[in-house]
Amino acid sequence: MDTVTQSEKTTVGRATVVTVKREPSQTTSFMMTLIRGMTVTMRHFFSNLFTKTQTETLEYPEEKIPYPERHRGLHRLMKRDDGRVRCVACMCCPTACPANCITIVPAETDDPSVEKYPAVFEIDELRCIVCGLCVEACPCDAIRMDTKLHAAPVEFRGDAIETKTSLLERGGLSHAIQAGKGSDWRESEQ
Amino acid sequence: MIDTLITIADWPGVKWVILVLMFALPVASLLTWAERRQSAMIQDRLGPNRANIGNIRLWGILHFVADVIKMIGKEDFIPGNAHRGLFKLAPILALVPVLIAFCIIPFGPTIYPHALFDVISTDALQGMIIHGGVANDLTWADQITLQILTIDFGLIFYFAILTFANYGTTLAGWSSYNKLALLGGLRASSQMMSYEVTMGLSLMGLFLIMGTLEPGEIVRQQGPNPWQWGIVLQPVAFLLFFSAAIAETKRAPFDLPEGESEIVGYFVEYSGLRWGMFFLSEFIEIVFISMLITSLFFGGWQVPFLHDDGLYLFGTVTEMNHITVSLLRILSFVMKVFFFCWFQLMIRWTLPRFRPDQLMQLGWKRLLPLALLNTMVTALILLWIQ
Repeated sequence: MDTVTQSEKTTVGRATVVTVKREPSQTTSFMMTLIRGMTVTMRHFFSNLFTKTQTETLEYPEEKIPYPERHRGLHRLMKRDDGRVRCVACMCCPTACPANCITIVPAETDDPSVEKYPAVFEIDELRCIVCGLCVEACPCDAIRMDTKLHAAPVEFRGDAIETKTSLLERGGLSHAIQAGKGSDWRESEQ
Repeated sequence: MIDTLITIADWPGVKWVILVLMFALPVASLLTWAERRQSAMIQDRLGPNRANIGNIRLWGILHFVADVIKMIGKEDFIPGNAHRGLFKLAPILALVPVLIAFCIIPFGPTIYPHALFDVISTDALQGMIIHGGVANDLTWADQITLQILTIDFGLIFYFAILTFANYGTTLAGWSSYNKLALLGGLRASSQMMSYEVTMGLSLMGLFLIMGTLEPGEIVRQQGPNPWQWGIVLQPVAFLLFFSAAIAETKRAPFDLPEGESEIVGYFVEYSGLRWGMFFLSEFIEIVFISMLITSLFFGGWQVPFLHDDGLYLFGTVTEMNHITVSLLRILSFVMKVFFFCWFQLMIRWTLPRFRPDQLMQLGWKRLLPLALLNTMVTALILLWIQ
C-alpha cells in the first residue's frame, strides 16, 4: 500500500527540504491504520493457529532440510576392491590443505603394485575449514567429503582428530581406475 | 455446618484467594507464554513449544514454570549506590496495587446458596419469587456476592490504588542510581499521570448514565440485553478507556518507559525475582484491565439474553435453575476476560511504538478533549431525555 502520496521539494539555502504529504488517515486518526494493521496480524494469527502453512519455522531435530548433492560433510577414506585403503600417500591433500589439518605418515608396502600407503592418516576436524580442496587434489579418489555428516561436538580437542580407522569406517568401495590410467595410457588409447 | 461454609465463602479473603490467587495469577503467568506464542504465530514462527515434563508437552504451556525456576535461580543483584530500601520496595509497589484493585471486580452474580436448584424469577430481587416452589425466608437468608468488596466508590478506589503503581515505577527508576533508569522512571510517571486523567474522565459518561461508581451495580444495570451494555451506550468512552488503559499497563504501542529489548527502562538494574515482579505485574494488569473493561462495557458476567430464570430467546423462555444460570454467567465473565487478554496481546504485536512527544500529544490533545466532549455530550443527551 502506498502511504506516501505526494512529496514536495523546496530549497532553503543549500539544503533541500522534502516535505512528505501523507494520507490523511496517518496524520489525523489512528483508527483506520489500526484496523488495517489488525487485519494483517489477525490474518496471520488465525491462519497459523489452525494450519501451519505459513509457518516458516522448521522443528529442527525432528524435521531437517535435505542437504544439497554437493554438501561437504565429514571426510571419509575410500577402499580398494580388496578392502585396503586407496590412498597412496602422495601428499597432494596436505599440500593443498589451506588449514594444514591433514597429517599423513607414508610407509612402504611389500605389494609391488602399491608404491606407498599411509601408515597414519589423521584429519583435525577442528582445524578443517571444509573447503573441499583435499578432495579436488586427490588423484586417486581416496578422500571424499560426501558423508553429509557434521563434525561431532567433543569435550577434548584431541577427540576431534579423525584417525585412519574412523575415516575408513565411513569409507566405501571406489572403482575408479587407480592413479589415472597408468603409465601405459598411450597404448590403451589406441 | 452449611451456614458456616456460606459465611466462609462470603468472606472477602476467601473470594480474594479464589479470584486473584486461583484465577488472575495463573492467567497472568500463562499470558507470559501466550504472548510469546501469539507473537510467534503473528510473525509466522512457532514460538516456545518445547518445555516439557517427561512426555507432557502441552504446546509449551510449561514454559512459564521454567521461567519462574530460571528467575529464582538468578542472582538477586542490587547496585552498590542504590537506595536499598526503596529499591526493594519498588517492585512490591508495582505489584501489590493491582492485586488490591481486584477487590472491586464483580466476577459473578449474587448466589443464593439455599435456592441453588430453584428457578428464580426475574423479579426475584424485588418480589423474591421462585417458579413452581415456595420461597421461604431461608431461601434469601444467605447470599454470596461474587465481588470481593462492594463499595460505592469502587471506580474511584481503583483510580486511587492505581496511583501507587505509579510510585512503584518511579521509585524503581530513582532508587537504582542509574541515569537511564531514572529517565525511564520519569517517562513512566509522566505517561501514567497523563493517561490517568483520560482514564478517569472517559468513565464520567458511563457514570452519568448508570448513576453509580460501583462496578457490580454497573454490571447489574447493563442487564442481559447486549444493546444496553456500555459499549453501545458509550462507544467513544470504550475506545478512550481502552487506549488509556493500555498506556497504563505500559505496553506497546505505549511501552516507551521500558520497551523490553530496545529501550533502557526503569527496571534496568533489576534482576531475578524482583524483575519478575515487574514483569508479572504487567501481565496481571492486563488481566485486570480486561476484567474492568468487561465489567464496564461488555456486561460483566451477563450472558446475552440470559435472565435470572432462564434464556429469553426469540420470544421463548428456556427455564434454568439458579446454579446453571450462575455457572453460565461466571463462564461468560471468564470468556470475556480471556478475549480481552487476547485482544490486548494482539494490539501489542500490531502497533508500532509512539515517540514520547506523540504520546503526550495523543494523551493531552486528542484523548483528553475527546473524553471531555464525550462527558459533555452524554450529559446534554441525558438532560434532553429527562
